[in-house]
Amino acid sequence: MTLYDQIHLAWQALTGHRLRSGLMLLAMAIGVAAVVFLTALGEGARRFVVGEFTALGTHLVMVLPGRNETTGGHPPLLGETPRDLTLEDALALERHPAIRRVAPLNVGSAPASHGRREREVTVIGTTAEFLAVRRLGLTQGRNLPAAAREAHPVALIGEGIRQELFAAGERALGGWLRLGDRRFRVIGVLRSEGYSIGLDIAELVLIPVASAQQLFDTSSLFRILVEARSREDVKGASDAVRRIIRERHEGEDDITVITQDAVVSTFDDILSVLTYMVGGVAAISLVVAGILVMNVMLVAVSQRTAEIGLLKALGASPAHIQRLFLTEAVLLSLMGAAIGLVVGYGAVVALRTLYPILSASPPPWALGAATGVALATGIGFGVLPARKAARLDPVQALARR
Amino acid sequence: MIRLQDISRHFVIGDNTVHALDRVSLHITAGEYVAVMGPSGSGKSTLLNVIGLLDRPDDGRYLLDGEDTTTMDEVRLAGFRRRHIGFVFQSFHLVPRLSAAANVELPMVLAGIPAEQRRRRTTAALEAVGLTDRAGHRPEQLSGGQRQRVAVARATIMGPAVLLADEPTGNLDTASGMEVMALLETLNGDGLTLILVTHDASLGGRARRMVKLLDGRVESDERLSTGPESTP
Repeated sequence: MTLYDQIHLAWQALTGHRLRSGLMLLAMAIGVAAVVFLTALGEGARRFVVGEFTALGTHLVMVLPGRNETTGGHPPLLGETPRDLTLEDALALERHPAIRRVAPLNVGSAPASHGRREREVTVIGTTAEFLAVRRLGLTQGRNLPAAAREAHPVALIGEGIRQELFAAGERALGGWLRLGDRRFRVIGVLRSEGYSIGLDIAELVLIPVASAQQLFDTSSLFRILVEARSREDVKGASDAVRRIIRERHEGEDDITVITQDAVVSTFDDILSVLTYMVGGVAAISLVVAGILVMNVMLVAVSQRTAEIGLLKALGASPAHIQRLFLTEAVLLSLMGAAIGLVVGYGAVVALRTLYPILSASPPPWALGAATGVALATGIGFGVLPARKAARLDPVQALARR
Repeated sequence: MIRLQDISRHFVIGDNTVHALDRVSLHITAGEYVAVMGPSGSGKSTLLNVIGLLDRPDDGRYLLDGEDTTTMDEVRLAGFRRRHIGFVFQSFHLVPRLSAAANVELPMVLAGIPAEQRRRRTTAALEAVGLTDRAGHRPEQLSGGQRQRVAVARATIMGPAVLLADEPTGNLDTASGMEVMALLETLNGDGLTLILVTHDASLGGRARRMVKLLDGRVESDERLSTGPESTP
């Protein structure tokens, strides 16, 4: 029996039983589509998060107050910090040759009002460097003043704030914005560029760091963003940060330095594992589909007992019979996988159209894995029915009608 | 060509052992036309299955073309069936989803004969049984007589040495039954060994040799001088 004839005969058997073949195709297709779609979702989430961090600039070094003793853990956002980071610490970093820019950061929230409109906003106190470090731009006006130590009553506002607090047609630039009990003059409007680590640029108010420290009545910084001169300088810059701050803090290592690469790769790792996991969950549905294939093939064997007996009488060896039934299972798996890939991809494209921000796309390995698992289950669960068919006694098989 | 020596086949059903064949010895030479007769349960079908290599005897030796088949494995038996033996069944046993031509082709497909040659031989075989215009029909679109003729074409397509027919007219009306018998006898006239199992005495009487079985033993084995077709 040639391979072509083998496939041809199996194909005729499949098309001769459309309902059962269709059901098996459906099961396989759903399994494969689920793998494609779910891994695409996971991969999309990974790319989104990694993209967010990369948008911050890959030469970025983040300096946090407090020492994190264990490497790779969470940055110490809560709890006691032995010594605060100060604006002077930040400015001391600026002079190092490996460091291009330094942006000290204070974050808080305050009620903002203009005229009779009022809302709660997130206020970031920082310097002029912040825009460059975070790759942000302005649609109107100018940046914060360069002098970091001086408290100027000026503010940059996000597009969302402008729309909510300023009436349509009203010129925001030069207008007064009240934050808490202080007044700030709006000198610029930020270009909305989507999200940046969860913070919507459009909903931010930026003021000089010294003004923010007065507003929030604090002398410490939330963190310092340091941009190295180049990717190669990141290591030198973070070492310099540690050394300079240690000197300023009387020889104590009481800060945490996080490089962008470390953060990105951590999230990358976490989300990759997540993608593997959802892929694995989806693969379970493929195995369930495989069991269905086995069940239906077993029914097919008993339905076609007389035919198997006939084939044996015509000179088919057990191997012939086994190959025919296995070919049926393999054909079904392959077609199911093909349909599943198309459906899964269709769903992914639909998702991308609906949520362009999540650039969902199945990782290449998922396509191979889904097809491979579909094929493996098809063959694996097809073997038992095929062997059963091959072992049928031809005399009894022919006697059954 | 077919030599059975003390062939026994028994089945265990519950506590009883049924001796379907009890030390049967039979010698059939090439080109013979043998009718195997006997009441139900006399072992005719078992004998046919043993000769057709579908069933293995529990005891005895069976030589086909001088080769001892009782020691062959499944794969060799399948090859022997493919090349030497044709089956015609009472209930036709055509594959319902395949056309008449595809049914006739099946043994050649299993034998791995190239498609072009298969088509040529199938066309000739269907012509020989008078079904050229029915080649593309599926079994359900054919009458009983036509189905059995397709089955005969399929059984002989590999050029077997022996054709085994188990009640070939059992599901047919008299007219189509006679047509099928005439076809089988023509093939026998061309040199094909024909073994016919039947319990219809008038059918059995057409053969040139009659083997009667009773309770798994050969009751009588006689040459019939008068067949409907005189010896060539």
